[in-house]
Amino acid sequence: MNPVNYLYLAALLFTIGAAGVLIRRNAIVVFMCIELMLNACNLTFVAFSRMHGNLDGQIIAFFTMVVAAAEVVVGLAIIVLLFRSRHSASVDDASLMKL
Amino acid sequence: MSATAVHSLWTTAAEPIDKIPAPTVEYAQLAPALIVVGAAIVGVLVEAFVPRKVRYHVQVFLTVVALVAAFAAVVALAAGGYGTTKARIAAMGAIAVDGPALFLQGTILLASLVAVFTFAERRLDPEAHGNRVDSFAAQTASVPGSDSEKAAVKAGFTTTEVFPLVLFAITGMLVFPAANDLLTLFIALEVFSLPLYLLCAVARRKRLMSQEAAVKYFLLGAFSSAILLFGIAMLYGYAGSVSYAKIADVVDGSVRTIDPALADTMGNDALLLIGGAMILVGLLFKVGAVPFHMWTPDVYQGAPTPVTGFMAAATKVAAFGALLRLLYVVLPGMSWDWRPVLWAIAIITMLGGAIVAITQTDIKRLLAYSSIAHAGFILAGVIATTPDGISSVMFYLAAYSFVTIGAFAVVTLVRDAGGEATHLSKWAGLGRRSPLVAAVFAVFLLAFAGIPLTSGFTGKFAVFKAAAEGGAGALVVVGVISSAIAAFFYIRVIVLMFFSEPKAEGPTVAVPSPLTMTTIAVGVAVTLVLGVVPQYFLDLASQAGVFVR
Repeated sequence: MNPVNYLYLAALLFTIGAAGVLIRRNAIVVFMCIELMLNACNLTFVAFSRMHGNLDGQIIAFFTMVVAAAEVVVGLAIIVLLFRSRHSASVDDASLMKL
Repeated sequence: MSATAVHSLWTTAAEPIDKIPAPTVEYAQLAPALIVVGAAIVGVLVEAFVPRKVRYHVQVFLTVVALVAAFAAVVALAAGGYGTTKARIAAMGAIAVDGPALFLQGTILLASLVAVFTFAERRLDPEAHGNRVDSFAAQTASVPGSDSEKAAVKAGFTTTEVFPLVLFAITGMLVFPAANDLLTLFIALEVFSLPLYLLCAVARRKRLMSQEAAVKYFLLGAFSSAILLFGIAMLYGYAGSVSYAKIADVVDGSVRTIDPALADTMGNDALLLIGGAMILVGLLFKVGAVPFHMWTPDVYQGAPTPVTGFMAAATKVAAFGALLRLLYVVLPGMSWDWRPVLWAIAIITMLGGAIVAITQTDIKRLLAYSSIAHAGFILAGVIATTPDGISSVMFYLAAYSFVTIGAFAVVTLVRDAGGEATHLSKWAGLGRRSPLVAAVFAVFLLAFAGIPLTSGFTGKFAVFKAAAEGGAGALVVVGVISSAIAAFFYIRVIVLMFFSEPKAEGPTVAVPSPLTMTTIAVGVAVTLVLGVVPQYFLDLASQAGVFVR
């Protein structure tokens, strides 16, 4: 199968993730959409790696996974903190600092 | 897809393991970042094993020693000629050790050192149950206003984890402007961003606002770094490598031998343009340029003020360093494409920051919009694409970071019953009640406004001169106009402090410990020295203003 198709799939997944970040209102769902974007990046790296015939892209994919895991640790901690104080994880409710 | 390319992967993997060459890492040249990350790891162990009573003192000592040692390492490298004649690329092409990297690392370390003093300040709030308290929550995990929070305050807990966190953030910031491939760039970005997200959430007062700031910063920051990562993927597809030098070669067109099987990707300009744009978005988010600035006011307002000062100064230095290296080393071959875009961004950043700042009523938000306007001024120097552009931007960053940390340190002093009195109306008549504090803050505001004899003037002059000589005269005109607009609201705060009647139940000015006094004194000293006798430092910046490739 032509590896370019994987690039199209990755771009589609990235777009779905980005649209989700902008549209969804629950902080957890927004965060999941960001993770989807990171995974779309991984797919792109691996597809390009195969097309170029070098291993850089596959190695970067591992780094991305580690970063995504670290981001989950920090992100969930912050979102759970917000939820415990407000009993809501909606990003619209958090509006103490509007101009 | 050619079968040979895939086959070569398999044969590489099947080679005997002893034929993989071990990477050579020049540890001595990476010493600044290694010292700081080592101290951060020791700090985590201190949290785990040292008794609670002495933890604060151990952490402060460790942090200060690490930052001083790292700065000494930077000076030693610079004195050894690594900034000029011996500039090189270390760690298998991952890190550049050159003039701009060392200059910005030195700036970040010094600015972080004075910022850490404000982290360690424990005399501003009244003692709680006989324990001195700092700006950070007794126990971040406890729900605001709950019994567990009261119990934590009564037990005298403190969040000493901020010191290792800030050291991790500084590590990322040291690597960020020195990163010489896109993977290192991304990892460094995450290493300094993740601790900053957490630091935003740990304020002692106004905890709901602090948590809200952290959530906003985290979600938007993670979004922007995902965009940056996709840009990196595009450039990898374009050039077949993430190394700056190799990408630059493909951008220049000096690589002529493109595998016909890769004609769709390698050297495909669509990938280059989309990828370059997405990486720029990620970096411009970090510097807070319009239209990627929406997080700045909320995060600056909600975060604990010492963290805000640190973040405003050090993040900007690191992110502009990375932006300069990307534009001057990787993408000079396509400057015709990115210059118009950055022109537009610089103009709306300068004007937008200055105009919106006029309507602000909170001092921290006002300083946030002012930092957006300053990002625009610095971008004008970035656009110059001349050696003067690099050195003027570096000088501006050094001058700006000390003014910012000093100004936020003053903000921590003006307090009422609810903590810091950040509403501007409460600052009325401060000059009558505490002339010294108001005068110091006025010096910082005049430096922000760019009045002569302050570092702000020298920095702005250098940046605008470089921009004009680099063919961006129109930008300079816009820059001067928005400086005039910005001067209006800085002067307005000065007028408010000195020429209006103090209110009866106004805020009090806390008497700080020598720690915050040092921060403010260093801020004032640097502001005046860089304003009155800037020549030595301008020369230093211009000597350091050459990127290695």
